[in-house]
Amino acid sequence: MSRLSEAFATDEPAFIPYLAVGDPDIASSKQYVEALVEGGADCVELGLPFSEPIAEGQTIQQAIVRSLSGGITPEAYFEFVDDLDVDVPLVCMTYYNLIFRYGADSGTAAGEGDHTAPGPRPFVKRAAEVGIDGFVVPDLPAEEAGDLRDACDEFDLGLVFIVAPTTTDDRLDTIREQVSGYVYVQARMGVTGAQADVSDRTAESLARIANWDVPKAVGFGISTGDHAARVVSAGADGIIVGSALVDIVADGVENDRATADVADDLREKARELKDGALRGARESPEAQGE
Amino acid sequence: MSSDSSTDGKFGEYGGQYVPEALMPAIEELRDAYERYVLENEDGFVDEFRERLRDFGGRPTPLQHAEHLSDRYGREIYLKREDLLHGGAHKLNNALGQVLLAKYMGKDRIVAETGAGQHGTATAMAAAHLDMPCEIYMGETDIGRQRPNVFRMRINGADLNPVTAGRGTLKEAISETMRDWATNVDDTHYVVGSVVGPAPFPEMVREFQSVISEEVRNQAQERFGTLPDSVVACAGGGSNTMGAFARFVDSEARSASGRSSGRTPREDDDEVNLLAVEAGGSSLAVDEEEGVAPNSASLSTGGQGVLHGARTKVLQDEWGQIVESHSVSAGLDYAGVGPELAYLVDEDRVSAVNVGDDAALEAFHRLSQEEGIIPALESSHALAYVEEVLGPDAEADADGADELGDRIVINLSGRGDKDLETVIEETDKRSIPNAPDMSEFAGGL
Ligand SMILES: Cc1ncc(COP(=O)(O)O)c(C=O)c1O
Repeated sequence: MSRLSEAFATDEPAFIPYLAVGDPDIASSKQYVEALVEGGADCVELGLPFSEPIAEGQTIQQAIVRSLSGGITPEAYFEFVDDLDVDVPLVCMTYYNLIFRYGADSGTAAGEGDHTAPGPRPFVKRAAEVGIDGFVVPDLPAEEAGDLRDACDEFDLGLVFIVAPTTTDDRLDTIREQVSGYVYVQARMGVTGAQADVSDRTAESLARIANWDVPKAVGFGISTGDHAARVVSAGADGIIVGSALVDIVADGVENDRATADVADDLREKARELKDGALRGARESPEAQGE
Repeated sequence: MSSDSSTDGKFGEYGGQYVPEALMPAIEELRDAYERYVLENEDGFVDEFRERLRDFGGRPTPLQHAEHLSDRYGREIYLKREDLLHGGAHKLNNALGQVLLAKYMGKDRIVAETGAGQHGTATAMAAAHLDMPCEIYMGETDIGRQRPNVFRMRINGADLNPVTAGRGTLKEAISETMRDWATNVDDTHYVVGSVVGPAPFPEMVREFQSVISEEVRNQAQERFGTLPDSVVACAGGGSNTMGAFARFVDSEARSASGRSSGRTPREDDDEVNLLAVEAGGSSLAVDEEEGVAPNSASLSTGGQGVLHGARTKVLQDEWGQIVESHSVSAGLDYAGVGPELAYLVDEDRVSAVNVGDDAALEAFHRLSQEEGIIPALESSHALAYVEEVLGPDAEADADGADELGDRIVINLSGRGDKDLETVIEETDKRSIPNAPDMSEFAGGL
């Protein structure tokens, strides 16, 4: 069993938070991740900020801007992961160009160096060294993922794919062949961002992949314990929450709050979400039927 | 436009479909519609497109012999007058094609990004013409420097959404339009404005724009009984470029690079030299510390990367973060370029060259004075390259003089009315030797 699936090893639904590493700086973000794990996270998606985050809504776009202006680089990210002292699986969430370019000999200053890209292997190798257990790459559909899939197999890392409400049955088959770790069920159309309610399309999407043998984690728009409960009772094995947590970080930056206070709020929000997920599991038709 | 082979949307290693899963079904649907309507003329799509290009767009555009430039350079200079296309730029060829295709597909909303505002304007016009609601995303910096186009879009009934992220130029506008599309993909078509983005956009936009080279071929044969020695076009994303080149790229080079047009290749195609002129901006170096490239020369200086759905040549820092590009011309100000163009440059079929801001401004004034045509700042780059190689200040035997040959077609991709404010402001800042003195009228603009 891969390290990633371990997050789902118990009967409990998994809580998977997302934060952009380096938002607003490396030291704070280390405390934030630790707080989320203390609050019940079973796995953490650690965002490596990319300058063109096309799948991200305003909240996470701004986190990425804060982190990039704080000077985060892929290497600083890897060092962060290496230093991190938490005992849950870690997923690297980033965009393909950073994976594709890592280890290229030079930038693009006119006439200098080698302009070809090394491909994903050096990035995956380094990620494996520092303790990353898998990847989510929102701009990499299964069709383009061959090279990354090979590198992940070589270093025994998981590769998570997203299933969207629009994904056709044919595409589901393609994704099923390639996915490992867990499948990321996108709860609604659009980009990331906290929502006032969870979409009805979630249950439908879950039903379509009910017989897959990888765990199913639902994300996009979950922001409260009640949402978490509803999604889990609809059949999810886990919930992924990003923007609702990033909102807390953003509030800390805007109001100049102490890192420890922000970490407290994150820990508390994590508990709310995890508790919601647990409640959902008790209320699920399956649990009720037993 | 008939197809004779299928394609995986790749041009060598370039191209592909690097987009969120939520968009993949829409992209598959688009590929299917493109193949049926555009390549196979199902339901008479191509006939209707051609007719509308003629009646609404004003095609064919002339291939004009530029007498004074020809005297200046001692070569025969021809201008392909895309500036005379309705809307004032080549952009309508693509916008009309895609809005019409969206209609055939049963979509009922159009979104588009725009840089210079020319594509947004063309899309707004096509949408009004074909009665489709239309929303345009445009960076705030570009809104500031292309105001006439902002008004034109609004007047044609389009909604305009300012994009504040980053430097507020084309790159950010594309990202934001992709987000809209990912949210509303069921009923919305994204009219991508250049030969960029995920497959099938690069190929499809090239096909819609290839009417330029199709006409140039015929007009050249009529005018001088043979093909031109060279075709010179500016390159931002590269749609006027690919449009001006497409029918001179033989289908063998093309077969490794997506679909052939179905046209029987001619032996002499290969002898037409194709030059893509990028914006050299103020310098070719990248400032990694600041994350900016003071140029938009991705073909000349960029590395392989993945941006906005395609693998191509990209301006980026050592880690693969996309850097902010720069050009005095908003339409060239982009950190990426079409994947097919990147491929044709690697294959040595297209030469990538570049000229800086000052040379482009000078060329703008030169064409205005010598030929009575005010060119777009984008197109001024193509003019400036010819001046650099053949003008009075060029070194004798300058590199490239042979490549241009005796009969040179310059693709005049657009007219410069939209650029007047920028030109007056920038000319003032820089001391452009051939600029008229406007100081007497300053402040009145
Ligand atoms: C007149 C004109 N020429 C050229 C361009 C650059 O686009 P492309 O490289 O796709 O032709 C633009 C873009 O706005 C334009 O308005």
